Amino acid sequence: MMRLAALALRRLAQSLPVLAVILVGLFLLLQLAPGDTVDALMAQMGGGSAEDAARLREQYGLDAGVAVQLGRYLLRLASFDLGQSAIYGKPVASVIGERLAVTALFMSCALAFAFAAGLVLGVLAARRVNGWPDTLISTLGLVFYAIPSFWLGLMLIVLFSVKLAWLPPGGFETIGAGLTGLARVADIATHLVLPVVSLALIFLAIYLRLMRASMLEVMSLDFVRTARAKGLPEGKVLRRHVLRNALLPMVTFVGLQFSTMLGGSVVIESVFSLPGLGRLAFESVVQRDLNTLLGIVLVSALLVILVNFVVDLLYARLDPRIGA
Amino acid sequence: MELRRRQALTGAGGIALGGLMPGLAFGQGAPQRGGTLTVQIVGEQRVLNPAIQASTGVYVMASKMVEPLVDLDAAGEPTGVLAERWDSAPDGLTHTFHLRRGVTWHDGKPFTSKDVQFSAMECWKKILNYGTTLYLFLEAVETPDEHTAVFKFSRPMPQGLLLRALPDLGHVIPAHVYEGADIRANPANTAPIGTGPFKFVEYQRGQYLLAERNPNYWRGNGLPYLDRIVWRFISDRAAAAAAIESGQVQFSPYSGLSLSDIARLSKDARFTVGTKGNEGNTAHTVCEYNLRRKELSDVRVRRAIAHALDLDFFVENFLFGYARLGTGPIPSSSAPFYVPRPAPYPFDKARAEALLDEAGYKRPSRNGQRFAQPLKLLPAPWGEYTLNFATFIQQSLREIGIRVEIEARDAPGFLTGVYRNHDFDLTTGWHQYRNDPAVSTTVWFRTGSPVGAPWTNQYGYDNPEMDRTIDAAATELDPARRKSLYQDFVKLAIDDLPVHMAVEHAFISVYSKRLMNSHTNPRWASSSWADAWLAPA
Repeated sequence: MMRLAALALRRLAQSLPVLAVILVGLFLLLQLAPGDTVDALMAQMGGGSAEDAARLREQYGLDAGVAVQLGRYLLRLASFDLGQSAIYGKPVASVIGERLAVTALFMSCALAFAFAAGLVLGVLAARRVNGWPDTLISTLGLVFYAIPSFWLGLMLIVLFSVKLAWLPPGGFETIGAGLTGLARVADIATHLVLPVVSLALIFLAIYLRLMRASMLEVMSLDFVRTARAKGLPEGKVLRRHVLRNALLPMVTFVGLQFSTMLGGSVVIESVFSLPGLGRLAFESVVQRDLNTLLGIVLVSALLVILVNFVVDLLYARLDPRIGA
Repeated sequence: MELRRRQALTGAGGIALGGLMPGLAFGQGAPQRGGTLTVQIVGEQRVLNPAIQASTGVYVMASKMVEPLVDLDAAGEPTGVLAERWDSAPDGLTHTFHLRRGVTWHDGKPFTSKDVQFSAMECWKKILNYGTTLYLFLEAVETPDEHTAVFKFSRPMPQGLLLRALPDLGHVIPAHVYEGADIRANPANTAPIGTGPFKFVEYQRGQYLLAERNPNYWRGNGLPYLDRIVWRFISDRAAAAAAIESGQVQFSPYSGLSLSDIARLSKDARFTVGTKGNEGNTAHTVCEYNLRRKELSDVRVRRAIAHALDLDFFVENFLFGYARLGTGPIPSSSAPFYVPRPAPYPFDKARAEALLDEAGYKRPSRNGQRFAQPLKLLPAPWGEYTLNFATFIQQSLREIGIRVEIEARDAPGFLTGVYRNHDFDLTTGWHQYRNDPAVSTTVWFRTGSPVGAPWTNQYGYDNPEMDRTIDAAATELDPARRKSLYQDFVKLAIDDLPVHMAVEHAFISVYSKRLMNSHTNPRWASSSWADAWLAPA
């Protein structure tokens, strides 16, 4: 356990310079975007006098130079203060906190679904390689991969919400229903089906291809032939020898894809009106809410670091040769 | 992260008109109590306090909870809400409002003249956008008793202007909640406490705002009818259309759907689609010229560009017919000031070419381009109207030998580029008319707006006669003379053409036929909805 904690700390320390570069880089990059959050507010208000604008800039601390603003931000960050969100008038930490749970739930569902379904379909395709199940699965995978997720999401809404009226067209839960316990869980689950499927299908296609290729590769190795030669039934060979080895690239990929999924959810969260981090990030850019955006990037970066750390630990479980 | 999908800010954040409580409407059966009305909102607002932020985005939510002194009735005339009646001194310097008695705030405290005084002096005059201009010469609000508020101006204020501005710029907030602290930082700004028919319940950022029936509402008579109102934030317009079609949402205000979905749903028997009840929110899609560019400083060139646009075609094919040609800076919906006139620059390509030749910009045979450099056009990101108009201008001007380069930007980038840096030759824009030309229309033509003030004259237009006309009209107390001064203003604006008010349109509402007693005044989406009700599904 101690070793694990030490490892985690070392990882975090190694990531600090990367985090700093990301934050400073983003801060400077955003200075290139014309207009600031007061302009965005003016656009929302439909007008305001120059004195109003000047007073607001002072309030948001935008009247200082870029270097001063950056310095202030980093100083605050050093005391674990992410600052105030301009859009919501609340601390960034609490704004992100509200959204993080939704995104985490939504993404882990999508990731789990994509991983599980990709794994099963990949194994099925590999077992009957070049047979009709393989062709069918591979074709489907290609189709899923080619469909843009926002379009798929809209089509699912049209079919399942507008035409069939089976599932709600958007939102995270039924508003003001006052549900608790299992009823609330079920309510949220029905709201999440369509967005999870829309986001997961693209990734499912990738996992499926990966799993199929990886299975085929491992199946041609010597130790599999040995396992078969010693009389193990085919199912046992697949489960105990092939699958376990074939999983390694899959696990690597989950770590890599985690960050892609954060980005992919901007679109899906907008289409399904989910109150997640992706939409918050989008809104922050449009409204030039620097503090919120930097906060999201920081949290996302930490999440990616965390996930990759877990992936490393999983390697060790799957393949003892890698070791911790 | 994929952040490229740009999303136009809706509706340009316009301001609205007033809403009366016309008792019960006829012909819809007896109103029924109960039910939840769910409304689509495209963009979230930073505050829900209409006393410090004037925009339709705030009114569409907050004006159900916070009420103004005066609103507009079905005929568009001022009618009392928190003020029962009013009288004005002949010199236009003193306006007395007699306030409604027996009104309580949602927290149970009584509503008094002190609240009006606080709202006017601390919020409308000091913070509220457009209010800071309107109330610039407001010296004091005196409170001789709890139910009388006397507005003292140091410069004559026409009664008509004040009354027509109040529905937007006259929401009253409770002094006891706001006093003695930073108004902008007050938590009630996102959890409104008002006197309105609905009480704030909760605001989930990124999801919804929820308000419930105020059982102690001062109008009594069983009002309001609805139990609850839910405003859902759905930024994706295609998803919003699906939410309407599935019955999850019953009302999409302020052109919240894409125009093609609006056209599609107008043929669906379950929905009412149209501009009725939005007349008070009339706006123009405009083309602004930067007079600092040499070619455009010649009025003949500006007129030629106006003549080159086939606006009938644009309205029919781009705006699906939900618009009409503009006839000057005062729209046809403005009954007290509008004088009918034809669209000033009819589509006439030959005339456009002749004007350009006359101005000395002949079409050379070499490349056919009249100008040495192409014109740089910044499309205003206020939705389909202004974005499509930019493309339309580009293609129309190619026909008369003017090349246009479009540079698309998002809202902050656009405002900075056009109104602060003046880094444009042409721009499309959105002129929101707010019931009286003095509120937000004449600033488009008068000189003296500081650099960077959006929606003002930032194109380098300067005509002393224009400035004199605008100033005279703003303080003229006689309504007839005021109207005639604004006719002079319109004529100057058309002749000088620093900005072409090309197309005039009201916002489009899409709502379920179950929603009754709706769109009964010219600014219904911004009014209180106290007598709206839902028929059973």
